Amino acid sequence: MAASLNLATGRFDRLLAIPRRAKKAHLPWFPVIIMTTVVICAIFAPLVAPHDPTEISMLDAKLAPGENMSYPLGTDIMGRDMGSRLIYGARTALFISLIALGTGAFVGTVLGLAAGFRAGWVDILIMRAADAALGFPTILVAMIIVTILGAGIGNIILAVALTVWARFARMIRGDVLAIKELDFVTFAKIAGLPTPSIIARHIFPNTINTLMVITSLQIGQVILLEASLSFLGLGLPPGDPAWGIMVSEGRSVILDVWWLALLPGLAITAVVLAFNFFGDWLRDTLDPKLRRI
Amino acid sequence: MQRFILVRVFQGVITLLILSLAVFLSVHLTGDPALYLLGPDDTQKDYEQLKKNMGLDRPLPLQYVSFLGNIARADFGVSQLRGQPARQLLIERFPATLQLAGAAFLLTVVVGIPLGILSAVKRDSILDTLGKFFAVAGIAAPSFWIAIMLILLFGAILGWLPTFGAGGIDHFILPAFVLSWHSMAGVVRLARSSMLEVLDSEYVKFARIKGLSERTVIYKHALKNGVIPVMTFSGLTLAGLLNGSVVVEVVFAWPGIGRLMLQGINTRDFPIVQATVLTAGAFYIATSLIVDILYAYVNPRIRYD
Repeated sequence: MAASLNLATGRFDRLLAIPRRAKKAHLPWFPVIIMTTVVICAIFAPLVAPHDPTEISMLDAKLAPGENMSYPLGTDIMGRDMGSRLIYGARTALFISLIALGTGAFVGTVLGLAAGFRAGWVDILIMRAADAALGFPTILVAMIIVTILGAGIGNIILAVALTVWARFARMIRGDVLAIKELDFVTFAKIAGLPTPSIIARHIFPNTINTLMVITSLQIGQVILLEASLSFLGLGLPPGDPAWGIMVSEGRSVILDVWWLALLPGLAITAVVLAFNFFGDWLRDTLDPKLRRI
Repeated sequence: MQRFILVRVFQGVITLLILSLAVFLSVHLTGDPALYLLGPDDTQKDYEQLKKNMGLDRPLPLQYVSFLGNIARADFGVSQLRGQPARQLLIERFPATLQLAGAAFLLTVVVGIPLGILSAVKRDSILDTLGKFFAVAGIAAPSFWIAIMLILLFGAILGWLPTFGAGGIDHFILPAFVLSWHSMAGVVRLARSSMLEVLDSEYVKFARIKGLSERTVIYKHALKNGVIPVMTFSGLTLAGLLNGSVVVEVVFAWPGIGRLMLQGINTRDFPIVQATVLTAGAFYIATSLIVDILYAYVNPRIRYD
């Protein structure tokens, strides 16, 4: 009963309680610092980056990190500034990942709400589709999409969204199945509220915890997937500042210009680690029950 | 149990049909397959004739049925760039992918399970910390990057291992290790937590109270129960290895179907794309089907889902 009371009055209260809980549960400072840095780099890339990331200057090519102080992290084989390319790479990674994840989360949530609230063939259809989406290797899905539509940002986003929506749909559906049995939903039905309002005002707000936890746990995976697809040349055109492309450019000259592949890989690892740790922390703080995912 | 197997097999067939439809449409939506085969001197009449020969003048559903008939006979068409039947390329390349996945799976089980168990037994030791670091890094670091860094270290700087293509046993070490790292990370974590749970159980406490030596308690009593969930999970990772093998094959120039698939996509060589995507997909679906059934056999609770 306590749980249902909490759910009934809960709504956004729990969201508002995050700062208070964060203090109690020791906010993981290291991941938060990395995440903040990456987000600032991504948003203010033109202001933060010392050089144009695509400006070629053959005279300054292959400078090692620290060799020339106007290029603190060195330059690549075409004399482009590594630091600036890494900063713009953060922008690419976050832009693609967040749009793909947002699309996947939106579609998954809507379908999850529908599947959970409407039992019967709607539920069966959506859940079978989710099984199929989870059952395919993501790289295979991305390759089929690229074969059909060609390489490009939009298609990478589509490929990633196609694989993540199912996780959201499954978890949200599970939540809805539990919530719709609670008394306040029954009251809302008796009061004659139309179904869309019941879902929007009484059910959806109670799934927000789950939504936030899955989102934060998925960001790292999505960034990794985007990097792998860029590395394979299925995403942005070569030369664009994306971490996966930078590693791929560094691969053939690894003996000569080792920092070209090393630095973007470190950036990917650090960011994914930070988001994973933060996601774990958020899950433990908001809803330890979700530990199974 | 029989019903569970039937339902899962049926689902597998449906998934395979969806995949074949996606592949079929990928060829027909991206352009006219006949146009790819025409030479510069061919006329409109040749084009019509070719279309007729390829059966492209028939309605799409009919074409799909004959497409299904062709793949059932493993006839994927002739590679436009290599001039060989795609089936032949597949027969040449698929064993290499299977060998690599097999080696990675072996590594996952043989290294991952003992490492996880030792981490639990010697909790908070250096080994435990190393194991945790290994697991966390395996999940966060991109495999293509780890591969390149290992090539730099073991191939270029130390010169201990070959880093390019297939050959003797030593050619397997680096690619199999990179491919297995991600699944190994999961196995280490699961083995550790499952073993910790068992070590904390009543019957293990009782065995200790009886005065049995720590070695007997761990290796005769705790180990058997601790390993069961890990065994089943390891099976599940086998299917996932195929996902990672595209990247690993590309970096290590491994002559498998993952690299062939990427080459096919980059050169828009549709027979190759069809052959590789369908084979990889069928293999993936079959593996997860077998693992699911074995899993349900070992763990009766999940059959009633």
